[in-house]
Amino acid sequence: MGFWEGYVLPAAILIGWILVITVPLMIGMALMTWFERKVLAAMMLRKGPNVVGPFGLLQPFADGLKLLMKETVIPSGANRAVFLFAPILTFTLALVAWAVIPLGQSESGIWVLSNINVGVLYIFAISSLGVYGIIMAGWASNSRYAFLGSLRSAAQMVSYEVSIGFVIITVLLAAGSLNLSEIVLAQKGGFWNWHWIPLAPMFIIFFISALAETNRHPFDLPEAEAELVAGYFVEYSAFPFALFFLGEYINMIMMSGITVVLFMGGWLPPLDVAWLNWIPGPIWLALKVAMLLFVFVWVRATLPRYRYDQLMRLGWKVFLPISLAAVVVYAGIMLYAGWLPGWREAR
Amino acid sequence: MILQTIAFYLFAVVAIASAVMVVTARNPVHSVLFLVLTFFNASGLFVLTGAEFLAMILVIVYVGAVAVLFLFIVMMLDINFVELREGFQRYLPIGGLISAILLAEIIFVGGLWALVAEVKGALSEKMPEESKLTNTEMLGQLLYTKYVYLFQLAGLVLFVAMIGAIVLTLRQRTGVRKQRVSEQVYRRRADSVEIKKVQPGEGV
Amino acid sequence: MSEFLVEYLPIVVFLGIALGLASVMVLASWIVAKQNPYSEKLAAYECGFDAFDDSRGQFDVRFYLVAILFIIFDLEVAFLFPWAITLSETKHFGFWSMVLFLGILTVGFVYEWKKGALEWE
Repeated sequence: MGFWEGYVLPAAILIGWILVITVPLMIGMALMTWFERKVLAAMMLRKGPNVVGPFGLLQPFADGLKLLMKETVIPSGANRAVFLFAPILTFTLALVAWAVIPLGQSESGIWVLSNINVGVLYIFAISSLGVYGIIMAGWASNSRYAFLGSLRSAAQMVSYEVSIGFVIITVLLAAGSLNLSEIVLAQKGGFWNWHWIPLAPMFIIFFISALAETNRHPFDLPEAEAELVAGYFVEYSAFPFALFFLGEYINMIMMSGITVVLFMGGWLPPLDVAWLNWIPGPIWLALKVAMLLFVFVWVRATLPRYRYDQLMRLGWKVFLPISLAAVVVYAGIMLYAGWLPGWREAR
Repeated sequence: MILQTIAFYLFAVVAIASAVMVVTARNPVHSVLFLVLTFFNASGLFVLTGAEFLAMILVIVYVGAVAVLFLFIVMMLDINFVELREGFQRYLPIGGLISAILLAEIIFVGGLWALVAEVKGALSEKMPEESKLTNTEMLGQLLYTKYVYLFQLAGLVLFVAMIGAIVLTLRQRTGVRKQRVSEQVYRRRADSVEIKKVQPGEGV
Repeated sequence: MSEFLVEYLPIVVFLGIALGLASVMVLASWIVAKQNPYSEKLAAYECGFDAFDDSRGQFDVRFYLVAILFIIFDLEVAFLFPWAITLSETKHFGFWSMVLFLGILTVGFVYEWKKGALEWE
């Protein structure tokens, strides 16, 4: 095997794959901002963006271009290196988490960038790193609003991560593997086999925690416009700001993706019949993710913001005990009823 | 194979360089951030040795939780940097002693491994190569059965940590208003609303 | 190179590409846009007046408490991961040893609840 076939070709294929994931993600994220504004507008009986391009579809690109042309303001009291690194980190983490999400399946194998054995742990690790971007931004900008926003945000994300952890454990009990593709394959055969029905309470807790984890309504206290102006990114402008924005939306898509993989059968079609199986997996995945994203926006339009003490109470005194008890209860039921996945034989 | 070697040296060099930066950085927040980088590279090294589960747990627990606490504490302190320098001079002997002991221990263990035949044999008795188990599964099969006492001991340590944290940091503040959800829920119309018949021109 | 390490290579490459992409975008904006900083513009955002002092001050000890409790529960979750996927092997013994482990920690949880460590006001 020569140098050419041994290194250059695989590298080119690898980079191609990464682009195949990244580019649709960026476009999807841009469309997501447009979608959110349109849906919110429709729910408030407004029109929403409708000038740039057909149906205002080019609006997000115009916004991006505008942000590119803006001045990058770095406050005089700020810590420059950390200040600039925080948005880069947020964006990078949001993107990198997609490496392990399985997108589909064909005869030759599963379509995923890296099919690691500990996919769930990888996702959990990446999402626990998300706190850093926020703390660094709040500390580095040396502004009271930013600082307070980042503190709140860090405590909030940390609180809900615990219950996310316990919920993931129940999914693992049902699937018997840490590998995301195997978790999806454990839900084969129609939508009644997806985890959302047997694990319905966990599904709800997970989705609400996902809202809190991404700092979305009704848990958007860190950036509460009314009191903290914009939270941890008040001081940001131009593209560092855009990166935070991109990171937040990619994180939303990511959390929806995780929810789909863990609870809604990933790339599998709702019915295991031939003409539905013929539609490729990524399309099913995208459809389900879009459905969840709509719920994200719907929640934003409908619910008022939580107060901080209520938020902490919900996380520590409601979700944590329920999910902790659920782990024991589900494990006990599965063990004594003999429903534990006998994955060893299947392999 | 070459890639693996390159990756090893990359992770090792960055880990050591950032460990040096942890000690030498002027700003304590930068120190903590370099510490995070060190953890990250250490987990990369773990992956290279095949310990995927440990690598991810290192990131989740140390980077995602412990270092966040460090960062919280370091960020919020009013630190005088000049004083910190003086402290460095003062604690140098004791710090040096501790690191010397650690170094001696590492040399001792490493020496045992290299010289004593029995230890060498015990260590080289690795996991069966052909087994299809991932290392998370192997860990799970051993931890909760063979090492159950150690596992329960870990539970007790966590318990003590929890109690300790509460005893040390909990301060009851007086004169604050709390939301009492049960009172709100059990509030009835009769407790709070009174209907009065008001005659025209008389007032209440 | 062993088989599973091949799966990690894309992650490292992806990390590099994402970092590069983000840095390039920040840099591009820096170059393309007109930079005109002056001291008023660079002042930290406050309601119209100058900041009195450094904003990084002390704050409520509760945030530390939350962080510490998070570490403890995070470790608990870490112990649960291998348990959850090997329960079909370790069976009843594994199950009850985990129940005991969680029971100890539940006592701690009840203690902190009763002490009011989870209250925010």
